[in-house]
Amino acid sequence: MMQDIIHQYLRPSKKFPHVWCPGCGDGIVLSAIVRAIHSLGKSKNETVLVSGIGCSSRAPVYVDFPALHGTHGRALAFATGIKMANPELTVVVITGDGDGLAIGGNHFIHACRRNIDITAVVFNNSIYGMTGGQYSPTMKVNDYGATAPYGNIERPFDVCDLASAAGANFVARATAYHAIMLEKFIKMGIAKKGLSIIDVITPCPTLYSFYNKAGKNIDMMESIRDRTITIQKAEQLSDAEKEDKIVVGIFANRDFPEYTGIYSDLMERAKRSVKDEELL
Amino acid sequence: MLFYKLYKDEQGRKVGFLQGNEACLEAALIAGLKFFAGYPITPSSEIAAVAAEKLPMYGGRFIQMEDELSSMAAIVGASMTGKKTMTATSGPGFSLKQENLGYACLNEVPCVIVNVQRGGPSTGLPTQVSQGDVMQAKWGSHGDHPIIALSPSSVQEVVELTIQAFNFAEQYRNPVVLLMDETVAHMREKIVFPLAEETEIINRHHSEVDPQKYKPFDTSFGDIPPFENFGSEYRYFITGLIHDEYGYPTTKPLEVKNLLDRIHRKINDHTQQLSLFEQYQTEDAETLIISYGSPVRSCLGAMEAGRKKGMKIGVLQLKTIWPFNPEIFTKLPSKIKNIYVVELNMGQLILEIERVIKRKVNIQGINKYDGLFISDQEILKYLEQQQGKKS
Ligand SMILES: Cc1ncc(C[n+]2csc(CCOP(=O)(O)OP(=O)(O)O)c2C)c(N)n1
Ligand code: SF4
Repeated sequence: MMQDIIHQYLRPSKKFPHVWCPGCGDGIVLSAIVRAIHSLGKSKNETVLVSGIGCSSRAPVYVDFPALHGTHGRALAFATGIKMANPELTVVVITGDGDGLAIGGNHFIHACRRNIDITAVVFNNSIYGMTGGQYSPTMKVNDYGATAPYGNIERPFDVCDLASAAGANFVARATAYHAIMLEKFIKMGIAKKGLSIIDVITPCPTLYSFYNKAGKNIDMMESIRDRTITIQKAEQLSDAEKEDKIVVGIFANRDFPEYTGIYSDLMERAKRSVKDEELL
Repeated sequence: MLFYKLYKDEQGRKVGFLQGNEACLEAALIAGLKFFAGYPITPSSEIAAVAAEKLPMYGGRFIQMEDELSSMAAIVGASMTGKKTMTATSGPGFSLKQENLGYACLNEVPCVIVNVQRGGPSTGLPTQVSQGDVMQAKWGSHGDHPIIALSPSSVQEVVELTIQAFNFAEQYRNPVVLLMDETVAHMREKIVFPLAEETEIINRHHSEVDPQKYKPFDTSFGDIPPFENFGSEYRYFITGLIHDEYGYPTTKPLEVKNLLDRIHRKINDHTQQLSLFEQYQTEDAETLIISYGSPVRSCLGAMEAGRKKGMKIGVLQLKTIWPFNPEIFTKLPSKIKNIYVVELNMGQLILEIERVIKRKVNIQGINKYDGLFISDQEILKYLEQQQGKKS
């Protein structure tokens, strides 16, 4: 059943083999995105995928939607142009933790602030996969990476806290292990008017594991499963107890006015002023 | 708030007393602009302000992005939906545009980038004139990439070349840089806008192929592949990676080479059509002044004053900077003995001119880069001094 859906959405013209390592979580996340789009009954033609650069950002190559694989960090900026120029389109952004939160961090907070109707899925593996395992802005303190040989000394962003504070209408976290929950959150995000951020904790069994001795995909998946707790559970724990946990659930679900809608109202006002003044 | 008003003359043409920046946006509307994304920077900011006010009146949309990286990305994204798009900036912002300007060149996305040049490098001289970004317009983004750049010398030419910039962008599926300078951007002149029937408007051309068979970079239609909008029944993928005809990443040497050859050929093979220039009194000229942008006005003044003194001066104005057209220079009248290239930089386009002129002729730069505009007297004085040296 799930297989059938996926096959409907693979690009008919080429493009395999894909770039992902065996056991990478990215395929699971892409599959959840496709199922969410499918279950909402969105048309392929009018659903645009936009991504930046990274292992995760390669996802749009393989599925049959109009898609823009942009430059590193700029996915939300390209997506903003697409959505503004044609608000009828459903726009889904695929980004990594490096792409979306480091080089694209500024675009991330401003897209949230504008609350433009885009759904961004952050493939969060807490490492730069594509460039060889450097530390990312979501890596935990004391984890290792190619550029953190003595352990990471920088504090990580909490993607959901950041998105909520910056003003996104819908903010949720799931993991590649909890694929059904993930699909549900992506679906809610796409259905929601306004900016939606779905933070997905996903394993990089190649590079993260190499530097952190995290084992194979199965080991990483089990670790994700064992460390995952709900928001309700997290509220009962002290900061020290939460230290190593992955808190999943919906962090924000609200209805601030959406940007392209506000702009359409502005256009109506502007058009009326033309008549009033009989501008040439 | 608009700081100008438009009236209609007897023929029904819009007229007004406009700044170059204001005229630029008005002309863009005539050309069919529907989306503008920008980030404020002197001396270009008025373009964005007029866009913010006027675009929504005519069914277009404006957005002020968080920086120039994102505004360039936004106009590329918007153009993919089939809209005519533009951004405007100056030096420091133009540096940031380069990233996604390269992306637009590689993916053949039509769009217009206005760079109102100010003194550089770095933050430089924010309010003062320069032409220091001529080479950056060509080579600013990494890797070999084709570019079209136009440079107006008067506010009326801003109107002409802005419309032309959109037409070239659409026709050739390529970004076009409108290289203005602070003087032409802030100068006010009486402007007459052409009537719709007097204006040729070019729109990107679409394919009639079956959507299943569509390839976004199909070469079977010639060097300029037909464009289809995101959101239409044509579904395809674009990437900043070197791609095959389907738009998918490739590293096959032949596909790589073919792509780079084609995107350059599509511009270079049309150099004559893209090359806009004016010649003033060059028939009998012994001294030729070559310039572009606002200094052309001073060159013409110097020519007139010099001619009154019996000096046989002509002026060659380049409106198209890139692609550079060598033929203009190889065909110059043989009487010309001295060539002076007037630029508000330390000598940039002169390098191209020296490269293409093979015959023996004296070529010198007249360069000003102190933030001030160059006057006709300054140019004439220089010519007289040089003549004095020789006689
Ligand atoms: C402007 C720019 N800087 C750096 C790079 C190199 N680069 C490619 S992908 C990447 C990091 C990707 O990390 P992330 O977004 O976390 O994605 P992942 O590969 O882990 O899925 C970097 C730094 C680039 N392509 N462009
Ligand atoms: S390097 Fe890591 S993130 Fe990249 S494909 Fe391999 S497993 Fe996935």
